Amino acid sequence: MFGQFDYEIIAKSIPFLWQGLQLSFLLTALAILGGIAIGTVLALMRLSSMKALSLFSATYVNLIRSVPLILVIFWFYFLVPLAIGRPVGGFYSALIAFIIFEAAYYSEIIRAGIRSVTRGQVWAGQATGLNYWQIQRYIVLPQAFRNMIPILITQAIILFQDTSLVFVVSLRDFMTASSIVAQKEGRLIEMYMFAAVVYFVICLAGSTFVKRLKKETER
Amino acid sequence: MITLQNVSKWYGTFQVLAECSTHVNKGEVVVICGPSGSGKSTLIKCVNGLERVQEGIIKVNGMEVTNSGADLTRLRANIGMVFQHFELYPHMTVVNNICLAQEKVLKRSRTEAMEKTMSLLERIDLTEHADKYPGQLSGGQQQRVAIARGLAMDPVAMLFDEPTSALDPEMINEVLDVMVELANDGMTMMVVTHEMGFARKVANRIVFMDEGRIVEDASTDEFFNSPRSERAQAFLAKILHH
Repeated sequence: MFGQFDYEIIAKSIPFLWQGLQLSFLLTALAILGGIAIGTVLALMRLSSMKALSLFSATYVNLIRSVPLILVIFWFYFLVPLAIGRPVGGFYSALIAFIIFEAAYYSEIIRAGIRSVTRGQVWAGQATGLNYWQIQRYIVLPQAFRNMIPILITQAIILFQDTSLVFVVSLRDFMTASSIVAQKEGRLIEMYMFAAVVYFVICLAGSTFVKRLKKETER
Repeated sequence: MITLQNVSKWYGTFQVLAECSTHVNKGEVVVICGPSGSGKSTLIKCVNGLERVQEGIIKVNGMEVTNSGADLTRLRANIGMVFQHFELYPHMTVVNNICLAQEKVLKRSRTEAMEKTMSLLERIDLTEHADKYPGQLSGGQQQRVAIARGLAMDPVAMLFDEPTSALDPEMINEVLDVMVELANDGMTMMVVTHEMGFARKVANRIVFMDEGRIVEDASTDEFFNSPRSERAQAFLAKILHH
């Protein structure tokens, strides 16, 4: 079967695939940034003593986490244009969907991270007259994020794989680009093998990095 | 300077503090002692509002801490506090630990804050450790830094919550020495501690607690030479003669 394995087709389509991979990376990076920003706010709301804030955040997180990502992507592709009266395009609707979706997962990770910072650290900040926001900004969150870096990266790896779902809104990410070449050239085995290898290498690099970080922090 | 009137506190149905009343005058050193679980640490945390009380009034420097509208952050900026487990910020250097609240709360410039910090580090003899992280210091050194962090705010009073309980025996004295010096300089201090040698040396009064109550509140001489309550006598016998 591998006798006729056509490496040529892979080499020839590299520029086209690279464009797809760049889109995958871009979506992943922006979704991480947006997801962590909104996730942090959600986590603080969830831990707040104000019932309404905490309830809102809990509802949001549970709602989003109980629907498939692909459905959220569809929602924003079809619903946002209805709501604002003009199309937003595949990229922005997918990006919004990813951020909204990832925020729910990140908020749970961040909440656990915040809770890993001891009560005494907050007391120390309060005792010197720092206010709530200053304590979060300078004392709690830096320590929380440091404790969560490995799991944040793990989540980023999952997110990177999930970006392949954007084919449903006709975006050309790496997976979709590979698919297009495969169909057009009739080289399904080569292209899907190559795509698998690329995902494997990137994710392995990510998880190896996480393992090393964990070792580092355990020391 | 600090007054507590009939302060009571419950955790659920469990009463941790029962009608505690005492006071600390300006320049006074008051030591709070008693068996573990007697409510000493809770009591001292109520003074700057880290723990809320359900009943009673606490006044510090003219401000009513127990008033729900009290500006606690302003009050806390005026009172230093030192904890049993130091609670230095592990992700910041010694210098930044001491500078943070100076810059963010007192709005001192970096230069002013650094000047204050370096003079305090000199005072506690840790100048060469200025750029280290707390994890690189011994327990005794960390606790001295924590004291400096409190002092950097130019507080009107200092609260100490078992400052030497988590230290190895050989490090206790370096911390107590700093506290004695502070007391001799006239700092108003409220100290929860089991260090009776320290109490005898610098305390004006001793408050003895048991089961959430203030059982005895007496001058240092009186407390050590003729404690009135049986519980205080038993406590002293245990802690002094072993």
